[in-house]
Amino acid sequence: MKHLLTTKELTREEAELILDVTEQMAEAVTGREVPKLPALRGRTVVNLFYEDSTRTRTSFETAAKRLSADVVNFAAKTSSVNKGESLRDTALTLQAMGADAVVIRHPAAGAPQRLTEWLDGAVLNAGDGTHAHPTQALLDAYTMKKRLGDIEGRTVAIVGDILHSRVARSNIWLLTKLGATVRLVGPPTLLPKDIDDWPVEIGYDLDASLKGVDAVMMLRVQHERQNAAFFPTANEYSRLYGLDERRLALMPDHAIVMHPGPMNRGMEIAAAVADSPRATITEQVTNGVWVRMAVLYLLLTNGESK
Amino acid sequence: MTDLVIKSADIVGKGRQDVLVRDGRVAEVGSVSAKDAEVVDADGLVLLPGLVDLHTHLREPGREDAETVLTGTRAAAKGGYTAVCAMANSYPVADTAGVVEQVAALGRAAGYADVQPIGAVSVGLEGKRLAEIGAMAQSAAQVRMFSDDGHCVHDPVLMRRALEYVKTFGGLVAQHAEEPRLTEGAQMNEGAVSSELGLPGWPSVAEEAIIARDVLLAEYTGARVHFCHVSTARSVAIIREAKARGAKVTAEVCPHHLLLTDEAARSYDPVYKVNPPLRREADVEVLRAALAEGVIDAVATDHAPHAPQDKECEWAAARPGMLGLETALSISVLALGGPSGVDWDVLAERTSRTPARIAGLEAHGRDPQPGVEANFTLVDPSATWTVVPEGLASLSRNTPYAGMELPVTVQATFLRGRATVLNGKIEEETTE
Repeated sequence: MKHLLTTKELTREEAELILDVTEQMAEAVTGREVPKLPALRGRTVVNLFYEDSTRTRTSFETAAKRLSADVVNFAAKTSSVNKGESLRDTALTLQAMGADAVVIRHPAAGAPQRLTEWLDGAVLNAGDGTHAHPTQALLDAYTMKKRLGDIEGRTVAIVGDILHSRVARSNIWLLTKLGATVRLVGPPTLLPKDIDDWPVEIGYDLDASLKGVDAVMMLRVQHERQNAAFFPTANEYSRLYGLDERRLALMPDHAIVMHPGPMNRGMEIAAAVADSPRATITEQVTNGVWVRMAVLYLLLTNGESK
Repeated sequence: MTDLVIKSADIVGKGRQDVLVRDGRVAEVGSVSAKDAEVVDADGLVLLPGLVDLHTHLREPGREDAETVLTGTRAAAKGGYTAVCAMANSYPVADTAGVVEQVAALGRAAGYADVQPIGAVSVGLEGKRLAEIGAMAQSAAQVRMFSDDGHCVHDPVLMRRALEYVKTFGGLVAQHAEEPRLTEGAQMNEGAVSSELGLPGWPSVAEEAIIARDVLLAEYTGARVHFCHVSTARSVAIIREAKARGAKVTAEVCPHHLLLTDEAARSYDPVYKVNPPLRREADVEVLRAALAEGVIDAVATDHAPHAPQDKECEWAAARPGMLGLETALSISVLALGGPSGVDWDVLAERTSRTPARIAGLEAHGRDPQPGVEANFTLVDPSATWTVVPEGLASLSRNTPYAGMELPVTVQATFLRGRATVLNGKIEEETTE
């Protein structure tokens, strides 16, 4: 692995290796007085964020620092999409500064892939447009593995705005690769076009789709979608696709509730569900750090020198 | 000017003849022996009427860093063209007599191909008020074709009025068919690939809905409409039906829509970003068949040069469009059966005679016979070439065919009997 751009390009072996190393990272650091490993000492990791995402940026920063890497936060307020410095020029600048890895979050799908053409270091996609968010999917998979014991043979419902969700896309490729069954649930307006070839089940009825699931992943609904006629009102959306306590009761007792955050409480997820012990939302955040440590470690050391 | 003899060329694939050119016109066709004439040996070459492009972006005035009338027409000559129709989306927009006359004058000064300006339908391409279409028609540039290309004339009232208005001088409206509300933010063809790549989709129905509407408007007004860069199978079906009913409808297809598909977007390299977007394999097949059959009347390049910074960026930030003038002939040959299978007469019809007729360029698109202007190109049907962006005559480099080996080379192009390209190389002296 030179870069991590999507989960689609990962082999099952690579995905399983990342999850194994994630486990090792968690074990190596948890409970330590100084939760730091020396693995990436002297290496420079640049966080190049073109979108505000304190959560993801902080998670990557924490991960890199726990591996003793030097972290540079390159807060790019503007991109060439809105007439700032071009991505290529920024890449050449980072290249000249000697970045070993660049973690990029960008509103344009494919921006991380373009970046690989302009610099030598590892590129780690931290979310590009509505395309991919591989570390989110990996942390989701890790969370499922910890809570459910395994992923193979499990059924996961991904609910809501699939069309605009990089989290959904990355989870689809990763979870099916790891042997899970994935159901996409949402109104037809929020499902992508021509996805008959995707290895998923598609449903419009949330109640029916919750039967027999092992995990349900609720996606955030962006407020601006309401003004673009994807659905009539927030209330109607919530009634049809929100996860409330009644729906929670339709799920098997062992099934977990996931959300990549940030949540719209009362919209796609009821507050009582978000705070229930079956929700894994804060664990997902914790696991995100371990996963990002594992990925940074694997990309920057090729798994050697452990 | 010395007489010119084009010796033993295969005339549009119908047999070898000599062509004697005197004072820019054909004097004789047959077995010619002329003393003191310049002789171009065309043994093994096919002579075609010079290609005519209905859809060229020359970028001048306004974006001379991407292309100029001079560099664009040099690229045209290199590609076998003797006439190009310059789209109106320059800066300033070609929406006045002044701008269209300037573009035509730049073309004459360059001398590499006849430049026929296309006028804007609406002021500033804004789709609100009609531009001074009559003034442009009566200007020295004698504009007959009007287009807001780059933008759709989406207001049905404005489109109706434009269609009615151009009837006064036998003009036509060339429509960029794209329902704008259906393509807000669109980046590539909407379908399986866009869904996977997370790039907002440009649904085929956005093109088809406008084509269907404008077919009806053309029939209702009795006016002529031409559809630019038709890209979908359903569009072809609508045009086929319209023609069967006798509607005054013509259509063009771009070379890239005859060869490339949306799969190319997987690279996220914006050299493949174009509007309308690259479609599916099934569309490519239907477009090829429609071109061979004549439902699609012409190949038009939509030659769209862009400066490096407008392509070396994120897909979403890139401008749409690709170079076309120097590769169109090769790709047309590929699409019409390849160098051994192509019917040269059909090729001449789609790349020269019909586009000349649509644009009203009477001196172009003519096979050699005594009296016609000597606007020809000589192509080597057995040669191949590899596309090297740096080797193109265009000022820009945004060709999607870099590294591809293509059939057929242009050996010579003649504009009114004067070589603009000879031995495959652009002639530097162009004054008549």
